[in-house]
Amino acid sequence: MSTPILEARSVSKVLGTGPAQVDALKDVSLVLQGGELTVLMGPSGSGKTTLLSVLGCMLTPTAGEVRVCGTSTEGAGAQALAQLRRDHVGFIFQSYHLFPTLTAAENVQLALDVRGEYGRDARIRSCEALARVGLANKLLSFPNELSGGEQQRVAIARAIVSGPSAILADEPTAAVDSTNGQAIMRILSAIAADSDRCVLVVTHDTRLLPYAHRVISIEDGRLVSDERGRAGTPLQTTAAGQH
Amino acid sequence: MPLRLTLASRNLFHDRLRFVATAVGIVFAVVLVLVQLGLYLGFGQMVTKMIDHASADLWVMRKGTKCFEDPSLLDANARRTIDTVNGVARTSMLVIGFSDWRLPSGEMTPVFIVGSDLNANTLQPWNISEGSVKALSGANTVAVDRSYEQRLGVSKLGDKADIRGRSVSIAAFTRGIRSFTTTPYVFTDLSRAHAYVGIPNTVASYFLVDLKPGANVEQVRHDIEAKVKNVEVLTTPQFAERSRTFWLFDTGAGAALFGGALLGVIVGTVIVAQTLYSSTKDHLDEFATLRAMGSSNGYLYTVIIYQALFNAVIGFCLASVIGFCVVWFTAGGALPVVITPGLWGIVFGLTLAMCIISAMAAIMRVVRIDPVMVFTR
Repeated sequence: MSTPILEARSVSKVLGTGPAQVDALKDVSLVLQGGELTVLMGPSGSGKTTLLSVLGCMLTPTAGEVRVCGTSTEGAGAQALAQLRRDHVGFIFQSYHLFPTLTAAENVQLALDVRGEYGRDARIRSCEALARVGLANKLLSFPNELSGGEQQRVAIARAIVSGPSAILADEPTAAVDSTNGQAIMRILSAIAADSDRCVLVVTHDTRLLPYAHRVISIEDGRLVSDERGRAGTPLQTTAAGQH
Repeated sequence: MPLRLTLASRNLFHDRLRFVATAVGIVFAVVLVLVQLGLYLGFGQMVTKMIDHASADLWVMRKGTKCFEDPSLLDANARRTIDTVNGVARTSMLVIGFSDWRLPSGEMTPVFIVGSDLNANTLQPWNISEGSVKALSGANTVAVDRSYEQRLGVSKLGDKADIRGRSVSIAAFTRGIRSFTTTPYVFTDLSRAHAYVGIPNTVASYFLVDLKPGANVEQVRHDIEAKVKNVEVLTTPQFAERSRTFWLFDTGAGAALFGGALLGVIVGTVIVAQTLYSSTKDHLDEFATLRAMGSSNGYLYTVIIYQALFNAVIGFCLASVIGFCVVWFTAGGALPVVITPGLWGIVFGLTLAMCIISAMAAIMRVVRIDPVMVFTR
């Protein structure tokens, strides 16, 4: 069994106040291990993104506890949570959120810059991360010169460049075509092959399931199913093998 | 170079129109501040020009005299008393005052007479461009500045006019001795100055005192004030400071100049603040992404502060070029704009401070960004 990287223990999250108050998460418990690509599925408004935000230390739970690489977020202030994100979490967003005025290499390097790592070594690591996602020839391209799939791959390179333990991806294939979507999932799957790293992908797209080692379903803020394949293998190996 | 510096500069220059508008605003503000403070310095130098060019160690004046142009009078006989004070090497009289100058055409214009003992080398016209100081010893001769030739109706040596009904001829022209009151200075020998000003020979405006080597300045001042009633004795720097204080602060002129400079700072701060704030709002997604990536507050502040500093440096450099032009154009004018290296430094510091203060609103906005917004955009 790999080391737990992200843990949620009886986590509840209430969003909004008054009549607009919503119980976004209800008593959610979850452990994400290294070496796994987990897909989190559920209908709109089911609490997927809220769970991603809580696990990624962007939101603090109303009740329960979240642990990141063994560190509890209980009582942590905004700066302490930022430190946890900086040290342990890499995010991939549906709409990439690349910086339009920076090149691909600079966008990736930014993840190191926020950690106070800059200079030649940071540049080299950024180039290596881009090479890993197949964009070694796009280092100096600006986001508007890249296709959607390429932009998402830059975002993946940015998420992995600092070697975080957890990669949290919110609908990473929603804004790209099927071919690029499959390519992105292959990259994420390769990242998850590292036993010290977990990947959590929030998606509606069932075509991505073949890449998952584990599929969790959430409805109305509660986890309703949790399917896991054999250790180290995707849930639907046959389907995955077709890609 | 940290990437945040690159990010700050690219964000700043990304919207060129906004950047140009900001730069124009900063340049306007900085030029306003430079010119106002330059005028302040220039005015300060102009009002003490006569005092600064006198070679006296001490000025003896009527008690309460506020500035060089103050027409308070002293008893001329006091000169003998002053000469008896231990430490005094020589005392000379100075007569000043407003008078009327009649042009050959019959028109009248006010002038300011400066009459000194030309042999005593105390306060003589300087920057002589034509004629000589020695020529002023000739009968009914005066020296005027070239810049006033049209106003005084004279154009060459020997040209004639009237002062208080007395015919005078031009024996020398100076260059650059302009009066901040716009009333032309007319230099003449002490022997004729009383008549030109219209005061009796028994009075004087100032006594200029040269001290013996090694004399105790404070002791001499004290002794003169003890021996001559109703007088004050000031050193040249003290009298210059008193004159400057009177013209700059007692008259409100300095306050007006400082007010203009303050206005420039306020305008500049508001312009930069608006631009930085709107630029920050336009890049909220990026700041939220940085927060999601775990950047510290300090990192976000730095990006905004770098933008503010870029604005400051670029705006200041452009404003400096204009400032140099203003200095050059006004150098020969009645009120030159004087910008010293110290003033450049102060205004640069002020520009930096202005831009950094302007960044506060943008920083407050960034601090409130919720990183979760990256999932909803």
